[in-house]
Amino acid sequence: MSYEPERYELMAAPAYDFSFGRRGFFKTLGGGIVVVSFLAKSQAQESGGGRARFGRSLPQQIAAWLHIDAQGAVTVYTGKVEVGQNARTSLTQAAAEELGAPAGAIELVMGDTARTPFDMGTFGSMTTPQMVPQIRRAAAAAREILGPGAWETLDFANADKKLASGVTTSGHPKPTSEWKVLGTSVSKVHGREIVTGSHRYTSDIKLPGMLYGRVLRPERFDAKLVAAETSAAQAMPGVTVVRDGDFTGVAAPTPHQAQLALAAIQARWTAPETQWSSKTLFSELKRTAEAGRERGAGSIEKGLAEAERKHQATYTIAYIAHAPLEPRAAVAEWNGDRLTVWTGTQRPFGVQSELAQAFHLPESNIRVMVPDTGAAYGGKHTGEAAIEAARLAKAAGKPVKIVWTREEEFTWAYFRPAGVIEVRSGVSNGRIVAWEFHNYNAGASGLNTMYDIPNKREEFHPTQYPLRQGSYRGLAATANHFARESHMDELAALSQSEPLEFRLRNLKDERFRAVLQAAADRFGWGKRKAGAGVGYGIAGGFEKGSYVATCAEVHCESGQAPRIVRVVEAFECGAILNPDMLKNQVEGAVVQGLGGALFEAVEFENGRILDARFSKYRVPRFRDLPKIEVVLLNRRDLAPAGAGETPIMTLAPAAANAIYSATGERIRSMPLSRRAADGSTVSGAAAV
Amino acid sequence: MAPTLDLVVNGTRHTIAADPPRTLLTVLRDELDLTGTKYGCGEGQCGACTVMIDGVAARSCQTGAAAVAGRRITTIEGLQHNGRLHPLQEAFLEAGAMQCGYCTPGMIVSGAALLAKNSNPSEEEIVSALQGNLCRCGTYPRILAAIRLAASKMKRSAA
Repeated sequence: MSYEPERYELMAAPAYDFSFGRRGFFKTLGGGIVVVSFLAKSQAQESGGGRARFGRSLPQQIAAWLHIDAQGAVTVYTGKVEVGQNARTSLTQAAAEELGAPAGAIELVMGDTARTPFDMGTFGSMTTPQMVPQIRRAAAAAREILGPGAWETLDFANADKKLASGVTTSGHPKPTSEWKVLGTSVSKVHGREIVTGSHRYTSDIKLPGMLYGRVLRPERFDAKLVAAETSAAQAMPGVTVVRDGDFTGVAAPTPHQAQLALAAIQARWTAPETQWSSKTLFSELKRTAEAGRERGAGSIEKGLAEAERKHQATYTIAYIAHAPLEPRAAVAEWNGDRLTVWTGTQRPFGVQSELAQAFHLPESNIRVMVPDTGAAYGGKHTGEAAIEAARLAKAAGKPVKIVWTREEEFTWAYFRPAGVIEVRSGVSNGRIVAWEFHNYNAGASGLNTMYDIPNKREEFHPTQYPLRQGSYRGLAATANHFARESHMDELAALSQSEPLEFRLRNLKDERFRAVLQAAADRFGWGKRKAGAGVGYGIAGGFEKGSYVATCAEVHCESGQAPRIVRVVEAFECGAILNPDMLKNQVEGAVVQGLGGALFEAVEFENGRILDARFSKYRVPRFRDLPKIEVVLLNRRDLAPAGAGETPIMTLAPAAANAIYSATGERIRSMPLSRRAADGSTVSGAAAV
Repeated sequence: MAPTLDLVVNGTRHTIAADPPRTLLTVLRDELDLTGTKYGCGEGQCGACTVMIDGVAARSCQTGAAAVAGRRITTIEGLQHNGRLHPLQEAFLEAGAMQCGYCTPGMIVSGAALLAKNSNPSEEEIVSALQGNLCRCGTYPRILAAIRLAASKMKRSAA
């Protein structure tokens, strides 16, 4: 057993990383052409500023690089990772398009801190708007160096000669009208490995002599370890026990032995009392709220005073879990004071920094690699499993693998923030004249209305919060669109307007109009009369460069949870890179969105999660599936935007609006069916 | 000599230690290196660990290795024949029925077990057979399409 300083003790990260000399890097690649794609200065700032991976001899804003060997094998290096969003395929298409090479000739090296340029992480729907153009520029530059016809004649003789000049900056990508590979449904790279079970995720890695690790978890959040009796575990053959600050864990030659060793530890914990629970959540969020930063236009007081009709309502959003099917996993191996880690994360360089801080090492001693990962949905920005595996491996002197159990993933990961949203509004002559919107804790993204309103105030209020919370696919925008698009329907009813017509009358943005109209047309909006438990709802929105609109048909039978039976979703994200994969993303977002819309909620009390299993935490299954139709609007005149997040936003408000049209009942809480089940999450609304 | 048991996996006999008692899932993944079968929940709720026992879909995380000694165990790695994909594996590729791919082996094994006993399943029969398999990326519509596609392919090749 060893005692070391607190493992999360903060140390300043090194400002520079000289791990890889430029000369050394090119040498490892062998002969051929290397093209480096630099970030524009503004983009470098947005992505947190590049760091020097080559020392000072090169500018720091490197986005991607590309190597072509003398046989024409192309390797593209990018710090982005593949988590199911199909970036590996779309980025391969980008390189193939500009090189004029077959997609099969291209290999992508992704998310490897030793071989790929620094990248902030794979989140925020940034891969398409930022990395696709970078790779296209690099590939276009390579095509210009090789000259015309290289792939037809397989003549890469020039490649070696060009290496001397080494680095080129920027080529000239083809106009959209000349695309032959981009814009087509290239099938998924590694699809065959996936269907045959040979695709290796982090949790599938096995190294010679590798041990299996388990971590002792506190019995409640914020609990402190008072005492731990570890002698029985330590006496087990082949078992290593580590107790280091708040960290206690074991490593053993088999998963079974690790489980026995963990169970043999007798621990006593002390935890502070907490008032927070899923029952008190929303009042506590409001009670602890800070003042927001005011944003708006006109005068909300004047707008409300002059409005013909006024309305106010409060909406709530529960905590939900990402529950990626592959839980957090990592394999760590030490070689002296150098550490290699494989882990499923959206931020390989972030995890490298976390490890450097935890182990008081320079980042140059640490290599993090991210095998394609069993999904993340915003839930894997952090490196918990990597740090745990590395700590155990250090003590054991052997590689260690950690795979979190499902219960650990449901409890010790982080959650999509819960929130309360209060809206006050006024309408005159079917036009919205006042709009006041306060979001407590759910997040500021997508806060601003897309509608044309002269007087408005929109504020995000930070609050205290009880659970570890973080990113999620379209997190804040989903909450904000739920409140906004529900309230829009309420205003339509108040002003005796038809919901779609009311929206179209109050907006100016033509791209927004186009998705609403496209969804409505395909759905047959307004053609059937709601009632007798059948209802129709519509909702639309904008986020991260793309537009979405959803029409839903919902069936409500008394005493039963509402059922979404048909969904039409229209989506527009500029020029489409891969139509079938885009459709797959939109369908998937609708299906995943069913959970947050209808039934997902993390229940907690007294510092414990109460539904930390799939048998208790309900996620969408086959039987929940509605008929889903996707309408893609292809705007080839516009730059492509990301598509992983926005399509999840508008199902919940469309369903809430459909429930209202079916029953006359307005549900203002996500998930919608929770209210039907226990009646406890009703939120207030009143005319003023 | 320590007691052993024989597991017949994808037609190959493996002799493993009988003790300690452990799940088929850990034997497949950690001892036989057949990692196509995945861990997802450990309580039989997600289907990522699905294998076939004598042709019937079963959750390997809920199956003791000793209980299936000598029986015919088929994992995702055993669905190919002489390098040729099972029609359902082909159909998954054709339908693009995956995103992260982590649930895919369990989905294919569940679907293949269904098709083996029912060559022309109805929508309801497919949903019933796969209700215990989770895909968090939400590719259910494509998985349904893939199973229908495979059923029609198998019918054609049988005709």
